[in-house]
Amino acid sequence: MHPVRKQRLILVLLLVTLSSAAIALITYALRQNIDFFYPPSKFAAEEVPHNVRVRAGGCVVPGSVFRSEESLAVRFSITDGVAQVPVKYTGILPDLFAEGEAAVVTGKLQSSGVFEAEQVLAKHDETYTPPEVQEAMVGDHTATCQGAGKAMASDY
Amino acid sequence: MIPEIGQFALILGLLLSLVMAVVPMVGAARSDIAMMRSGHSLAYGVLVLTIIAYACLTIAFVQSDFSVAYVAQNSNSVLPVQYKVAAVWGGHEGSMLLWVLMMCGWTAAVARFSRALPPALIARVLSVLGMILVGLFLFMLFTSNPFDRILPFSPTEGSDLNPLLQDPGMIFHPPLLYMGYVGFSVAFAFSIAALIGGHLDSSWARWTRPWTIVAWAFLSLGIALGSWWAYYELGWGGWWFWDPVENASFMPWLAGTALIHSLAVTEKRGLFKSWTILLAIFTFALSLLGTFLVRSGVLVSVHAFATDPARGSFILGFLVLVVGGSLLLYALRAPAVHNRVLFSWLSREAFLLWNNVVLVIVLAVVLLGTLYPLIADALNLGRVSVGPPYFNFFFVPLMGVLCVLLGLGISANWKKTPKDRLLKLWLKPQVLALVVALAFPFLFDGQFDWKAALAVYVASWVLFASLADWYTKTGNARTFGGRFGKVRASYYGMLLAHIGLAITAAGVTLNTIYSVERDVRMLPGDVQAIGHYEFRFDGVERVRGPNYMAVEGRVLVSHGGSEIGVLKPQKRNYFSGGNTMTEAAIDTDLFRDVFIALGDNMGKGAWSVRLQYKPFVVWIWLGALFMGIGGGVAVADKRYRRARAKAPVQAAPVLQSA
Repeated sequence: MHPVRKQRLILVLLLVTLSSAAIALITYALRQNIDFFYPPSKFAAEEVPHNVRVRAGGCVVPGSVFRSEESLAVRFSITDGVAQVPVKYTGILPDLFAEGEAAVVTGKLQSSGVFEAEQVLAKHDETYTPPEVQEAMVGDHTATCQGAGKAMASDY
Repeated sequence: MIPEIGQFALILGLLLSLVMAVVPMVGAARSDIAMMRSGHSLAYGVLVLTIIAYACLTIAFVQSDFSVAYVAQNSNSVLPVQYKVAAVWGGHEGSMLLWVLMMCGWTAAVARFSRALPPALIARVLSVLGMILVGLFLFMLFTSNPFDRILPFSPTEGSDLNPLLQDPGMIFHPPLLYMGYVGFSVAFAFSIAALIGGHLDSSWARWTRPWTIVAWAFLSLGIALGSWWAYYELGWGGWWFWDPVENASFMPWLAGTALIHSLAVTEKRGLFKSWTILLAIFTFALSLLGTFLVRSGVLVSVHAFATDPARGSFILGFLVLVVGGSLLLYALRAPAVHNRVLFSWLSREAFLLWNNVVLVIVLAVVLLGTLYPLIADALNLGRVSVGPPYFNFFFVPLMGVLCVLLGLGISANWKKTPKDRLLKLWLKPQVLALVVALAFPFLFDGQFDWKAALAVYVASWVLFASLADWYTKTGNARTFGGRFGKVRASYYGMLLAHIGLAITAAGVTLNTIYSVERDVRMLPGDVQAIGHYEFRFDGVERVRGPNYMAVEGRVLVSHGGSEIGVLKPQKRNYFSGGNTMTEAAIDTDLFRDVFIALGDNMGKGAWSVRLQYKPFVVWIWLGALFMGIGGGVAVADKRYRRARAKAPVQAAPVLQSA
């Protein structure tokens, strides 16, 4: 075989092997590391696996936020207008976190039914609702979010 | 009136770029020198028109003309004037205008600085750039016109620039990024022109290199600035989130890094030609993909612009057209630029091949991770998101491999290097790197940590191998000072960029390993300690800024008993309304940052506070600064300015007399 062709063959074989190995690994790692999103109604229907990292999103139920007196622990509930999920979190909440506003939480559902969040994300400006949350709200239930938000705003 | 002038200038710009997309290209096909030359004046013309449009928009901002919808959405009469000027690119429409302005600037620069190039090549390059400009102008005029008016009921007050963007870091972050994206379109245009012309020799690579390197340097700086901004402005001390929009700018960077290395091989050895072309196409395509991801709103992100499906479909269509068209051209013409040279596996080109392989794998990892949620959604696999663990799992080891290969490859010569010589060259820096790596954890922390040792090994290997290579290459100088003149500017550029990589790698890894973060509830007088650092919370005060009110915390920081100073983190409320913003207080020095952010008022004088000790965090951005400067130094090399190519040129005398 011509040496240039031979070298090219080695190169191509090498690239094919390497890239297939890489793609296999990537797909495997992707499967291990994706977080599925569930709206609160799926929690109520018990379709959410326990102790697996998932994400959930909805409106923070007005009046459901309770902070601990001693630590940074906080409890609140999120709703999609159908069901509510109690959430537990320890740490500093984002600036835009507020009752009646949309929030997305990442964490694990405990066997007690409480969602233990590792991360709480709030929408990033006044007019934005995360698309997942938007989609999760059945029918006209976005009003739950906005109506509650307005009620809160009038308190200021 | 002024916005209408801007609008008119944009329309004229579109028409001129249409002409630019067609005439020089036709001229090149017909060998008509007058038509080819028209590209230059057209490029300047489009630039002037875009400058006019941009100036009009800036005037509308400075005069607070809220009848212009874009101004009303992104400015406010109490906004400080420097932010009014910066607010021009604070939203989608204006940032597109800035983008087009830079694109025109680069096009004009290509026209100006490429007089020594064969006229047919430069005509084709300008035409391809003209085509891209047509796409951008159409996009702006049809889906995102910055000059749209709100008439007859125009608002009397604007809704303000997003407070997050009212910051010097944010003023320069987008322009730097756009300089990078736009610069890659020049490399793309050169590749397409070479494919059309069928001429792809080392001089082609030499012309393309400086443009690509400058683009890459800007993009490096832009990404670093964005990361730095996220670190101090988003308030919580993270500097990279693997957010889709960060990935959107990082993917062109990865492809661009591969491209500048592959271009080096093409220039020096005439190898990897078709691969280089393909990379140039992909780098530009990834810039467009990034634009699509950011501006179409398909991905959830902190960066998402106000979204409009029409924009997404337009960019997607443009992307398909560009990628489809250039790949078709590539398939038809690439065989014409084939190379038939053999290379040794112990040569610089072989190591650069490995560099490209690793970078492309990293790119594939990031690309798949970024697009997976979209794919899953399209295939009805549910709403998913891909978290940082996935990215880190691949990125960190692969970058480690890249660094090790870098140190190995840098001492290799082109064509072939004897094995014994290579082993000898590798030995000293290898030993030195091992010693430093083993000693570092003890010196820094008093105990051994294999992760830190590994990180320091990789970074110092890059550093020592680079320095050793410089020492070897300048070995024939008589004095130590004489060594500095022995190698060229482009070599120093490379050296700086590689050292920059080592610094960034060390910063990223050591910061991740040694950072301490603590969220605490503090009452006035409470003291918290992290390592040798002590934090005393002295309560909060109300303060007033130019366009906001803030609650300002007072935290006395001391290290081993000696006071460092009082840090003042804030929670700001802007007068224009909107949400509260966290403004962290940071004490920076070369080896560590102390980072304090104020959380919520917990009642009874208590506040939640985030205290962070972040060692080596500045190194992350310092390394990027080295890379950016390295790019600048490399381009200053005389060889890129040396006059004309030796390649046969049609109608060259006419060009010289012009």
